[in-house]
Amino acid sequence: MDIENVANPKIIIKDLNFYYGNFRALKDINLSIAEKMVTAFIGPSGCGKSTLLRTFNRMYQLYPKQKATGEILLDGANILDSKQDLNMLRAKIGMVFQKPTPFPMSIYDNIAFGVRLYENLSKHDMEARVEWALRKAALWTEVKDKLKQSGTGLSGGQQQRLCIARAIAVKPQVLLLDEPTSALDPISTAHIEKLIDELKEDFTIVIVTHNMQQAARISDYTAYMYLGDLIELGETSSVFTNPKRKETEDYITGRFG
Amino acid sequence: MLNLYTRRRIINAVGLSVSVLAMLFGLFWLCWILITLLDHGLPALTPVVFAQMTPPPGSAGGLLNAIAGSLMMTLVGTLIGTPIGILAGTYLAEFGQRGWMAPITRFINDVLLSAPSIVIGLFVYEMYVVRVKHFSGWAGAFALSILVIPIVIRTTENMLRLVPSTLREAAAALGAPQWKVINFVTLRAARAGIITGVLLAVARISGETAPLLFTALNNQFWNSNMGQPMANLPVVIFQFAMSPYEDWQKLAWAGALLITVSVLTLNILARVLFRQSATTH
Repeated sequence: MDIENVANPKIIIKDLNFYYGNFRALKDINLSIAEKMVTAFIGPSGCGKSTLLRTFNRMYQLYPKQKATGEILLDGANILDSKQDLNMLRAKIGMVFQKPTPFPMSIYDNIAFGVRLYENLSKHDMEARVEWALRKAALWTEVKDKLKQSGTGLSGGQQQRLCIARAIAVKPQVLLLDEPTSALDPISTAHIEKLIDELKEDFTIVIVTHNMQQAARISDYTAYMYLGDLIELGETSSVFTNPKRKETEDYITGRFG
Repeated sequence: MLNLYTRRRIINAVGLSVSVLAMLFGLFWLCWILITLLDHGLPALTPVVFAQMTPPPGSAGGLLNAIAGSLMMTLVGTLIGTPIGILAGTYLAEFGQRGWMAPITRFINDVLLSAPSIVIGLFVYEMYVVRVKHFSGWAGAFALSILVIPIVIRTTENMLRLVPSTLREAAAALGAPQWKVINFVTLRAARAGIITGVLLAVARISGETAPLLFTALNNQFWNSNMGQPMANLPVVIFQFAMSPYEDWQKLAWAGALLITVSVLTLNILARVLFRQSATTH
């Protein structure tokens, strides 16, 4: 039923189960992610929303005891297929993490690092790409005079926008945001929320957030998860004003969680 | 019955005094050693020490050949040991989650780390010196490199483990293959810590006597050929300090001061470096 909620799906998830060792963290998830829209995953801690996000770029494969079963179709191709080239998948699906993760190198190289993995650009083209990405991430005016300085010297909010710039510099199709503002102050958060709104013109965005107001402000679709189950997916306005399920209503009205 | 606050203050005062006394007791011996060293070493530390070779008893001389030999063997030992240590440490930290290789390597490395250095000296003596039938600077450098390896492995692994896993994930999420993640992100993030480890290893081997006694031995003359027996500060100090000749004893003090100052400098340098990296991350 949830699949039909979404008009133009970029990602379709079918019967997805996820295991940390023997613990089943995601239970038969069926869900679609709309193209060039913002989809938010909300739910209490430990409900599996980050776990679900991390299956989209198979981040879990860094860890030996984690595994996923089922299907995740990106434009119709199953990315959980063992034949899927992991690096090419991650070129198409970028990710930004909860804590800013600037690499220990210059601001310029932070952006260029990802681009160099896939493209052999001339110096001039690379400079143009770095500027493009930094402008997209609304960081250009703040850093244009210190591109050679270390990325770790920026403020937390700037670091997070640097990470967003780094992710979009590769020109992915999907952007995964794992609680991107939970470590930031309100002003930086507002910056990034505005940014997300602009970025959805070019990218399909999936965001995990602890903050229900944030989900209500920036997302087109909202999925509520609880204990590894997807309880409800729908247009954000209807999930927040007229939830179909009792559990969702309890959560968003603050009676639970 | 005292009230709770007074009782806590008394316990605090007692605990604090015992700790301060323990600290003073430890510092006392350290200061005594340093003062004695300066007292005897400074007067002996003349320019001649850096200009002339180790003398026969009764005549004037310096420590130039021993200083040069120590520097050369420490340098070669570090150059051999550091790459092996960094590579092995990287393996343990970045690939050591699966399988049985890493835990065993880690255990053996811990054993090696605490192995008495005289055993390592004997090992190189048996394996190398006995076969080529003479003592040599190379043998000394090999013995020192065996001391460097476990220290560098341990610090490299520890420093890489301090790199937050989110940084690895961030690089992997861009689609970087593991070797690029390690080379360009994690090793870079741990760089200052790894250099600190190498400096500490250099500090450790620059004072080692036992492994050199069986390998490089000593040489009264100037020698820059690593294939020949080589003079070095620790063994010269050992020999000269035990001798009945006053000139030799003076030179031994000068040498001891030199080693102590250089080890101290290396330690301070390592601390400064590490602190700088701690503030930038």
